[in-house]
Amino acid sequence: MSMIPEIQVGFELPEREFTVTRADLIKYAGASGDFNVIHWNERVAREVGLPNVIAHGMFTMGLAIRLVTEWLGDPTAIIDYSCRFTRPVPVPDNETGATLVVAGKVSEVLENGTAVITLSATCDSAAVLGKAKALVRLPA
Amino acid sequence: MALNTEFIGRTYPSTEPYVVGREKIREFARSLGDTSELFFDVTAAHNAGYSDLVAPPTFAIIVSMGAAGQVVFDPELGLDYTRVVHGDQRFEQRRPIVAGDQLTCVVSVDDIRSVAGNDMITVKSEISDVNGEPVSTVYSLLLSRGADSA
Repeated sequence: MSMIPEIQVGFELPEREFTVTRADLIKYAGASGDFNVIHWNERVAREVGLPNVIAHGMFTMGLAIRLVTEWLGDPTAIIDYSCRFTRPVPVPDNETGATLVVAGKVSEVLENGTAVITLSATCDSAAVLGKAKALVRLPA
Repeated sequence: MALNTEFIGRTYPSTEPYVVGREKIREFARSLGDTSELFFDVTAAHNAGYSDLVAPPTFAIIVSMGAAGQVVFDPELGLDYTRVVHGDQRFEQRRPIVAGDQLTCVVSVDDIRSVAGNDMITVKSEISDVNGEPVSTVYSLLLSRGADSA
């Protein structure tokens, strides 16, 4: 179900918002096997100097790439995906949780049918991912 | 509370195979809210040319971090896991992971550094299938926040 127009450098992928709640972190902890207490125990998170329970960096990274795979309509198109975690995503203990805003732009189109998408992810207007980019195989 | 730099350059023996299960793929995809049918519907995966359900792009972290446990939880390294946050992450994928894959992982410590009171360790995990074919190379930089950093 891809809706890809002409892919060219500078094309901006439709921005998306993702909600991150405590329940999401518990599910991701179980699914990923990352049970670091800072992702579910507010007391310990604060004791070690964090503002609150924080999202797994890998959860943020896993959400952000959905912008690309769902736009391409192909979750197998990712050849290389990297990012830096520049700031934690604090997740308050309420129904609304945190909101992650993910945007992307085609920064390079290569001869061999691949392209580089640069991504940004922000929470409360602050960048939580840096240098995030994905090398993708474009649909034939 | 610096990390033990003697770990730099260490390579660990290949891990026992991690067997990729359909339900783990589905659980992982569900936890990310990712509804692609290739993660859930075996027929759809077959029709797309895969032998079984396909795993989401970041699934390899389960295998790589599981294997990296032999480094990061080694008391000799001196890492306080409650002070650890993820610094950088990279996945180089040779092919998608699919259910039924039996993945082994060779972990090595690429680097250990200390910057501004924070200790950093870069772990590389080379994931291969039963035929020894490379599947994914995963780089994780973990950062241990210094005691005085908020």
